[in-house]
Amino acid sequence: MNLFEQVRFLIRKEIVLEWRSKYAINGILLYVVSTIFVCYLSFRKTDPITWNALFWIIMLFASVNAIAKSFIQESRGRQLYYYTLASAQAVILSKILYNVLIMLLLSVVAIGFYSLVFRNTIGDPLFYLLSVLLGSISFASVFTMISGIASKAHNGALMAILSFPVIIPLLIVLIKLSKNAMDGLDRSVSMNEIGVLAAINIIVITVSLLLFPYLWRD
Amino acid sequence: MTKNWWKLLASVLVLFSIVGGLLFEVPHLPILHESIRNLYFHVPMWFTMIVLFTISLVYSIKYLSSGNENHDLVAVESVNSGIIFTVLGLVTGMLWAKYTWGAAWPDDPKLNSAAIASLMYLAYLVLRNSMDEEQKRARISAIYNIFAYPVMIVLLFVLPRMTDSLHPGNGGNPGFGAYDLDSQMRFVFYPAVLGWILVGVWILTLRYRIRKIENKLNAV
Repeated sequence: MNLFEQVRFLIRKEIVLEWRSKYAINGILLYVVSTIFVCYLSFRKTDPITWNALFWIIMLFASVNAIAKSFIQESRGRQLYYYTLASAQAVILSKILYNVLIMLLLSVVAIGFYSLVFRNTIGDPLFYLLSVLLGSISFASVFTMISGIASKAHNGALMAILSFPVIIPLLIVLIKLSKNAMDGLDRSVSMNEIGVLAAINIIVITVSLLLFPYLWRD
Repeated sequence: MTKNWWKLLASVLVLFSIVGGLLFEVPHLPILHESIRNLYFHVPMWFTMIVLFTISLVYSIKYLSSGNENHDLVAVESVNSGIIFTVLGLVTGMLWAKYTWGAAWPDDPKLNSAAIASLMYLAYLVLRNSMDEEQKRARISAIYNIFAYPVMIVLLFVLPRMTDSLHPGNGGNPGFGAYDLDSQMRFVFYPAVLGWILVGVWILTLRYRIRKIENKLNAV
């Protein structure tokens, strides 16, 4: 099997496993919805800057929780089995892509529910949605590798400590990008931010592909 | 003695930059006034930090390909000494900011980026301490170190250039070299940078040797 087929098979395996129990996905969806509700009940009304920042903070915590599980939930024996069947690159790539799918779903649900309870005017809704989707892809690509590192250390609290400093540059760019969309600025203004996001994602995925072969062998 | 010439050079250069930095003539600029002399102390700290973290990156890569325990020791000790220079850079910067920008912690992207970068390296040290088994600790922290380095580069050199910043060379401001840094200042600034980098490497080698001795004692 070549890399592409291996990745395809592994992603299908993840989806089938998830579909059987539906425990993780329902848990995380419930988590994000109840977090949004807690924020709504404590803030009631917010000004646009807080609205935007609050949304990204909710997304940050939800995605840390969603992705931290990606390596922990499977037993060591089963992971060893995958490693004998597929290459290291295929394993990490399939995890990243699967997490991207999860995050896309999560972010669509989150932004839908968030804008439903928190009323706020967005100047360019389509572009705002684009920034949310870009954000979820970036979260997935960064957190997957870090959850792999944290799972080796067998320490739950470590995930947040390791990932927050790494995600902050992305978060700054994302907040700026989505603020531009909220203010309804011309789309050409935000091209710089999209470029930086794409560049960071490419760097992070490349580094993950290079480093994961060293991480998995235990 | 032939191997230690660079330590002598480091001491002479740093001594020269302190004496020269405090006594030599500097350009008289509004707002900055005499505080411009801080350039000789604040900026070299960041140069040294970057050099030390780069050494750490190189030795982390070396560790992953060789598995040599000493490479891991160099990597962790360069992070340890790099953090010293991060703290010094932040403190000198805060002092400078207090007198020129009016607050010790102005809302400046470069400042915030530097603080986040230091958080990242502190997380590296926490990650190390969370594992007991030495080889595993070395391997996993090396992986995190390599993963964190490009993010630090983005933080320090890309993001501050995209927004408004008080620092020269960022947010459309001209770099310091453009017109403020006259030849008189370069005469002190470059030796200061080289001197502090050498001092940083010196601290690193000392800490590395102490760690090696400790390991030897523990093994016995």
